[in-house]
Amino acid sequence: MSDSEMGSSPEPAEPFLSVRPKNPGKPSGLLRNMSAKLASIPMILTTMVVFVGGTIWTVVYSFTSSKLLPKLNFVGLDQYERLWSTRRWLISIENLAIYGFFSMIFTLVIGFTLAALLDRKIRGENIFRTIFLYPFALSFVVTGLAWQWILNPDLGVQNVVRSMGWESFTFNPLNDPDIVIYGILIAGLWQGTGLIMVIMLAGLRGIDEEIWKAARVDGIGTVKTYIRIVIPMMRPVFVTALVLIASGIIKIYDLVVAQTNGGPGIASEVPAKYVINYMFRAQNLGQGFAASTMMLLSVIIILIPWAYLEFGGKKRG
Amino acid sequence: MKKITQLMASAAFLGATAVNATELEVTHWWTSGGEAAAVAEFAKAFDATGNTWVDGAIAGSGGTARPIIISRILGGDPMGATQLNHGRQAEELIEAGLMTDLTELAEAQGWKDLVNPPSLLDACTFEGRIYCVPVNIHSGQWIWLSHGAFEKAGLSVPANWDEFVAAAPKLQEAGITPLAMGQQGWQQNLAFGTITIAIAGVDAWREVSVNRNADTAAGPEYTAVFEAVANARELAKGSNVQDWNLATNLVITDQAGGQIMGDWAQGEFQVAGQVAGQDYTCLPGLGVNEVLDTGGDAFYFPVIDDADTKAAQMALASTLIAPETQVAFNLKKGSLPVRGDIDMSAANDCMQKGLQILADGNVLPSGDMNLTADTQTQIEDLMAEFWSSEMSASDAQARYVDIIASAE
Amino acid sequence: MAEALTPRGPKPRRRFSRTNIMLYGTLIVFALYYALPLYVMIVTSLKGMPEIRMGNIFSPPVEVTFQPWVKAWAEACTGINCEGLSRGFGNSVKILIPSLILSIAIASVNGYALANWRFKGSEVFFTILIIGAFIPYQVMLYPLVIILRELGLYGSVWGLVLVHTVFGMPILTLLFRNYFTSVPEELFKAARVDGAGFWGIYFRIMLPMSLPIFVVAMILQVTGIWNDFLFGVIYTKPAHYPMTVQLNNIVNSVQGVKEYNVNMAATLLTGLVPLIIYFASGKLFVRGIAAGAVKG
Repeated sequence: MSDSEMGSSPEPAEPFLSVRPKNPGKPSGLLRNMSAKLASIPMILTTMVVFVGGTIWTVVYSFTSSKLLPKLNFVGLDQYERLWSTRRWLISIENLAIYGFFSMIFTLVIGFTLAALLDRKIRGENIFRTIFLYPFALSFVVTGLAWQWILNPDLGVQNVVRSMGWESFTFNPLNDPDIVIYGILIAGLWQGTGLIMVIMLAGLRGIDEEIWKAARVDGIGTVKTYIRIVIPMMRPVFVTALVLIASGIIKIYDLVVAQTNGGPGIASEVPAKYVINYMFRAQNLGQGFAASTMMLLSVIIILIPWAYLEFGGKKRG
Repeated sequence: MKKITQLMASAAFLGATAVNATELEVTHWWTSGGEAAAVAEFAKAFDATGNTWVDGAIAGSGGTARPIIISRILGGDPMGATQLNHGRQAEELIEAGLMTDLTELAEAQGWKDLVNPPSLLDACTFEGRIYCVPVNIHSGQWIWLSHGAFEKAGLSVPANWDEFVAAAPKLQEAGITPLAMGQQGWQQNLAFGTITIAIAGVDAWREVSVNRNADTAAGPEYTAVFEAVANARELAKGSNVQDWNLATNLVITDQAGGQIMGDWAQGEFQVAGQVAGQDYTCLPGLGVNEVLDTGGDAFYFPVIDDADTKAAQMALASTLIAPETQVAFNLKKGSLPVRGDIDMSAANDCMQKGLQILADGNVLPSGDMNLTADTQTQIEDLMAEFWSSEMSASDAQARYVDIIASAE
Repeated sequence: MAEALTPRGPKPRRRFSRTNIMLYGTLIVFALYYALPLYVMIVTSLKGMPEIRMGNIFSPPVEVTFQPWVKAWAEACTGINCEGLSRGFGNSVKILIPSLILSIAIASVNGYALANWRFKGSEVFFTILIIGAFIPYQVMLYPLVIILRELGLYGSVWGLVLVHTVFGMPILTLLFRNYFTSVPEELFKAARVDGAGFWGIYFRIMLPMSLPIFVVAMILQVTGIWNDFLFGVIYTKPAHYPMTVQLNNIVNSVQGVKEYNVNMAATLLTGLVPLIIYFASGKLFVRGIAAGAVKG
């Protein structure tokens, strides 16, 4: 892969997601960074063949009427027209928006709070950390199953509270179309926040002790120090966490299948489930590909402006 | 004389493989206790031909298994045989030349004369050639009634759907949910289809489901159907379960009056130690129109370019449809056999009812053979939404008409 | 150095101060939320079916039975093979280890190249990679089948290893890149002056100080690969099926009676490997921070 092949894209002034740009040595043509280029071949192949190639393949076939097998019989925008006139798809999008918004905020807040609490020289740090992290060891299928049980009105929380004397207590999210998505949110947060906590903790431990000393000398309060100084310093950590959470949100599927299977009715459907159901259950590959193209498009629409802001953004450090 | 040729032909097929014992990987999604026991009968019979059955079971029904099966076939490293719902699902694989043609074997063994109802073999036939072996018949048009629940409410067990509906208020007074219903689209769709046949009759059903006539779907027969389903929705209020077998359990434990479910539900009653006619009653066609559809399972054989494997595939195909295997398998599975010439006297009360209907020829082709999976999924989505919301019967009918009108 | 072993946050002063009560109170409330489902699973796995049908899910078992565990491990059936989870355990290990090593090795080198040796276009590839993290796996099933078929790897364990490496790459690369970016530049420059090259700096400077991030990467991958069902079943054959196939069969069995106690026991047994690794890596994690302190 030579530099000229890389086209006219100029060397970015500021790397897209990093804090500090690094420019070791001076550019001297093709051989510059030869080892780095060789070492990046697996990455380049993965991006070009699997992600770009696979995506183009998917987009192309979304314009066809492929059923069980991919076939190139083009039907124009038919699949997209049908997609956007399907109620189930619209409900899926709405659910994803609600789930995504709350999941993003709560995961970041809870993850960071727990990490900050654990970082305060407490007793039993190991025990707490293990308890917070273990749900991540269990698959979404299991998570869904366990929470389906706990939220079951006749077996779980509602039943227990009622049997303690509070007869009118009602907490039955999984059978109420209006709030079922929050029932899934509870389970999703349970499974995913632990990992974010660990990543935050790794970030916090990377903060220089001197920062804390300086803050104390200046008389800045603990909470203020976190918000004003520590969090801005942990920017790369937050970026990692954000990508991790967001990609998990977009792909949410197994959890819903295990916990509610989209029910009651179609009240907890999500886009990835629509894609998979139409690809494999309904054997309408074209429709599934159209839906996944829309998902990908929305990701790109969100990521590109962000990337643009990063490129033109202010210098930091 | 013809009989002898047939026997010789099948012996030739079996004989060819006995010499070269071959391992054949078989994919299926039968993983529950009863199902696995039934599959074991297949495996036993196949191993007896000198070959080896390599089991590739995948739980989670067709939705999980299908991408796996298709990937394996596309990946150029297919399994030796695979379960697949027959009907329109496999057409594309056949068209692409990925499935083995069984016509020669079928003709040698005279499947055309054996398989009853003939529609089963039709579903395996594509452009005049046969590509799959039907192994059993499952029907969806049953209602299962709990004797205990009706006794508690001081009622006699209904003999048909109308009596059931009439008895519902009394059941509710006694604190019993009249109709158990799992909150999943396919179950709600199954109930819809069953009610359709009972209310609108076979002709209207055939006009819509087979001929895709949207006018009939918009007509008065179907208006009555949607009103009946809306009423059934009221009867099912309070049944908060998802899985069909949990809904069946509500009937077993007398918490619900009845459940509309396929004949596989009787496995649940059997496991719970209940006796047909004594603890529960089954009514085919809701006791109104005693007809059954003839869905079921079939095995396909992906093309593998290897003489030994091919011989083993043929041996398996003839094993699956052999009389002894059919009896042993279907008794364990609780389904009906695909051939009418065998002795099923060991079957229970409900199975006998089914066998009788089959013998009388009161059969319908199943949904898999009529509507594409795509259309069925759209109807399931509609039903899932309808049953869990307050959508009016007329709105649901209007949307149903749209789906039928655009069905391929 | 000893100091760096300890957390960096300010130390609460008195044992029963209001802050302390708040601190531990919050932690304990959260711990209850996280621990509750595990409690339910364990309790359920030790009950017999009749007790599960009538009791509430939080009550401890009246009569403790280990039968569900035995059944899940050695007796539960997948089709006609009744060997429980034990059947796939070896396969899962055989899949996990090469996938883990390959995916982390490649991703850490990627991250290192992207953070410290950027070349023209590297950011473009990186951006594509990050967008790739958002693609639902299932959409890529058929393209990957075709790619593996062309490579001649379809159906083998190595094909599956490759798939795990590809899908782990986006997040892992991001993780390593961001970690290596925060390594002080002076250190890197000094090594360059000493004449160290790409690999020299990677092995002698970067690797020794990155243990915490390797642990995080390992947590991610062990969980993802060990719990994977879809890829394992699509890209290999029954002879190589991981134990999640059996777990799926036990948990997802649609027909027949649901044996919740066996489900829970099977779940816990399957989760045991990641759980043990997490527990062990807790120590590594702390030691990793000590190693990282060398840079200070």
